[in-house]
Amino acid sequence: MLEVSGLTTRYGEISALRDASLHVGSGEVVGLIGPNGAGKTTLLNSLAGLLEPSEGTVTFDGEDVTGSSPERLLRMGLALVPEHRRIFADLSVEENLRIGGITVPAGRRQPLLDEMAEQFPVLRDKWTTSAGYLSGGEAQQLAIARALMSEPRLLMMDEPSLGLAPVMVDVVFELIASLRDRGRTMLVVEQNATRMLEMADRAYVVRSGAIVAEGTGAELRDDDRLFDTFLGN
Amino acid sequence: MAELLQNLIDGLGRGSIYALLALGVAVIFGVMHLLNFAHGELITVSGYAAFWALDAGWSWYLVVPLIVLVSVATSLVIERVAFSRVRGADDFTLLLTSFGVHFVVSAIFLLYVSASVKTFSRPGWVTNTFAVGSLRIEVFDTVVIGVTVLALIGTSLLLQRTMFGLALRAAAADFDTARLMGVRSDSVIRGAFALSGALAGIAGIFWLMRAGSTVPSAGVNPMLKGVLAALIGGLGSLRGAVLGGLALGMAEVLLRSRLPDSVASLTEGVVFLLIALLFIFRPQGLIAVAHAERV
Repeated sequence: MLEVSGLTTRYGEISALRDASLHVGSGEVVGLIGPNGAGKTTLLNSLAGLLEPSEGTVTFDGEDVTGSSPERLLRMGLALVPEHRRIFADLSVEENLRIGGITVPAGRRQPLLDEMAEQFPVLRDKWTTSAGYLSGGEAQQLAIARALMSEPRLLMMDEPSLGLAPVMVDVVFELIASLRDRGRTMLVVEQNATRMLEMADRAYVVRSGAIVAEGTGAELRDDDRLFDTFLGN
Repeated sequence: MAELLQNLIDGLGRGSIYALLALGVAVIFGVMHLLNFAHGELITVSGYAAFWALDAGWSWYLVVPLIVLVSVATSLVIERVAFSRVRGADDFTLLLTSFGVHFVVSAIFLLYVSASVKTFSRPGWVTNTFAVGSLRIEVFDTVVIGVTVLALIGTSLLLQRTMFGLALRAAAADFDTARLMGVRSDSVIRGAFALSGALAGIAGIFWLMRAGSTVPSAGVNPMLKGVLAALIGGLGSLRGAVLGGLALGMAEVLLRSRLPDSVASLTEGVVFLLIALLFIFRPQGLIAVAHAERV
């Protein structure tokens, strides 16, 4: 579904990401793990169109989409739940979801809203509340629901458990698991490597702006040397 | 008491026009962080359109919609020709660009039309008044206030009830994230310029009816009022812009009528002094806006 080859993204002179190659197959859950500042967010933002890669290619469903705008990529079926959630604090929960569904046909929007209300009871209870009043965990669920409103074929998430209370971390991982069980294709950046590796079909280890290892969740989990070197910080 | 009431009505009428101008400035600032010093040029251009149309024998009934149309079209053309090229640039570049547009538009009229004042006839009712008790109320002020209320209700419905309005509010809060949702930056920015142009057009109708003339530099005053009112209200806040416009209109009228005759001609200066004081004590303006950080 997604093929990334030799992707390099620079901030000025500094390459935050160098020569990254990866692929995500249909129905797969792929993790991107690695320490803080490794370039994981840069990678996702480059894939979502927020950053323009300076080298390399991104292919989505066989089409070269390198350097496309976020609005075009979303219409092709590629959605990103951004780092720090970035919900619209002044808009109500419902309005946040509506904006997430801006690209679906008007007649499809209401059924999707109903679906989200059913799937996310915490959101239904705060439907008309300003999203700024949500707790971190609620806001993260809203950010994910908002991305689901576009009916994406590939859902990318950037640190969905970051900064959440432990009980909310569980809720978010359960949510990811239930999305996986329903066959959703996902590419997830997580600092919580142990839990991500339990969840993912495969994962890539990112360090210092480069992909340094790849394997199934079990392989990477059992590779003590890798684990110590790259994640045991 | 009666005099105060009289001042309030006059101030509300004047402030309504400022509010419409300020709202247009705030809408643009919201989506692209551009403090639009070219906003008044919409009135310069529609002023000349009104002059030519009236000169050719059009009635005011036709000139009124013409002014709004010309203002919207001019706003879109300016976006296309100038601002679309500096999208995403730093705030200072945007500011300079808007200054540039301001000077270029007035220079075009100066070079290719004339430096002299072009006067046109005003509708007869503009100077009519009616009495309520001891108050003399201008028909004009009543119409301005009524139309402004309608325009504000319309704008509010547009922003609250339509997908475009939702997209505009989302983009103003966090442009990148709005794009991640599929909001097209082109449509939302052009939409904002069209809305800003329509509001300036409505303000322009009244501005031109009252002035009865236009010159190449006609945009300076409405631009100053709109930008100042938006700043007073707290840049980017739409409610603040309306409030700022009303406050500015009210302050001008009250000062002009209350200051001793010897300094009444300095009203503008006193208003600026008050604005400076406001910013010393409340630099964020009347209503503070929390902006998502631009990364």
